[in-house]
Amino acid sequence: MDVNKNSYTFLFATAMVVVVAASLSFAATNLKPFQDTNVEQEKMQSILNSIQISVERSQAPGAYQTYIKEAFVLQRGEAIEGQDAFAIDLAKEIRKPDQERLSPLYIAEKEGETYYIIPLQGNGLWGPIWGYVSLKEDINTVYGATFDHKAETPGLGAEINTPVFEDQFKGKQMLDSNLSFIGIDVRKGDASSEYEVDGISGGTITSDGVEAMILDCVKAYVPFLKTHSGATATASLITE
Amino acid sequence: MADVLEKEEKAKELLIDKQPKEPLLSKKNRKLLNDPLNDNNPITVQVLGICSALAITVKLYPALVMSISVLFVMAAGNVIVSLMRNFIPNRIRIIVQLVVVASLVALVDQVLKAFVYDVSKELSVFVGLIITNCIIMGRLEAFALGNTVWKSFLDGIGNAFGYAWILLAVAFFRELLGSGTLFGFQVIPNAWYLANGGFYSNNGFMLLPPMALITVGIIIWVQRARNTKLIEE
Repeated sequence: MDVNKNSYTFLFATAMVVVVAASLSFAATNLKPFQDTNVEQEKMQSILNSIQISVERSQAPGAYQTYIKEAFVLQRGEAIEGQDAFAIDLAKEIRKPDQERLSPLYIAEKEGETYYIIPLQGNGLWGPIWGYVSLKEDINTVYGATFDHKAETPGLGAEINTPVFEDQFKGKQMLDSNLSFIGIDVRKGDASSEYEVDGISGGTITSDGVEAMILDCVKAYVPFLKTHSGATATASLITE
Repeated sequence: MADVLEKEEKAKELLIDKQPKEPLLSKKNRKLLNDPLNDNNPITVQVLGICSALAITVKLYPALVMSISVLFVMAAGNVIVSLMRNFIPNRIRIIVQLVVVASLVALVDQVLKAFVYDVSKELSVFVGLIITNCIIMGRLEAFALGNTVWKSFLDGIGNAFGYAWILLAVAFFRELLGSGTLFGFQVIPNAWYLANGGFYSNNGFMLLPPMALITVGIIIWVQRARNTKLIEE
């Protein structure tokens, strides 16, 4: 058999591609459930992390049941029925116009205090970045924040998921004294007020991404925040 | 008909008798395993695969997972290419090798994501970059294309171990001196640390890639000092 004939070469290449494609899709289909569980557990872990509870990934579902009391979906600042907050794909939602966007909100209870957790999704330098920010009962002061990224540069933009960066957000505020939403400004080294944090040297675009992400995602909650800020809003008050 | 078959059987037996079968681990085959560990180490002698050796050796556990992944890709890749070696069209052989390696790596990536998710996040792009690890393509092109399956398998295992032990050695020193732990377990007593009134502090520089390069350099130095075969005239 002449293995260098053109026809043979084409035949070989075609057969090879078909075999490889089939075996890889077989593997991918069979491993998908395991991978999905991991991603789900990690999401729960991040949500818990934003209210300063750190658990092993495998323990996350149990702890999630304990701490997260309620999860619902807001649209145009109002809670709507018939949506599973946990299953919402934020990456898709942030591309929709404000009027149609679905915004999940989680309500957690820890040591008798109630916290409101807002999921965030945005863009860094190389790919998506996301995170969770938890607000205290006044629905204004940040209790904790956690960020993660897909492909930011290690040592630079990737530093957004380190405690050094995340811990700065604790105690910052989302609304100013007139109850207008101003977000949190990620500054270049001169952060001083309760609306500013320091960015990451060498990670300016990622830092700006975090700022834009907070501005863009939290703004969907502003009507809700405004109505309930300062009041001891409870879950029942929101669903009313 | 039966006669013919019988004759053929006999002829085959004769043929086999004439060429005494090589034992599975003959001297030559053992050399395939041993050579890459020292005399012909892919990292320290051939200086291949340095990239990943620098990037994922901050801690032992990811280095171990990386080593096992490379071991699998290398052994399986060598075996598959060796099995197909007489059927691969010469003009597209590099592409064929790439497809074999790439699909094995994609498989490894999927398995890691399913079963050791946290490590797979830590290894991030470097799992994908196994494809471009020069050791693998180098062995496929230089060895598996021209040798039998068993020999190629041994060669793959040998080279993967040659890669693995350097990776683990570098990771051992970086984790011990940089974080004071081994496989995540603390080995430096807490009381030694400055924070607890001791005299010791972890060397943060060990965690950065330059120290990996320096550690590899020191290993090469020690290896060359001990192994006279490696000393150039």
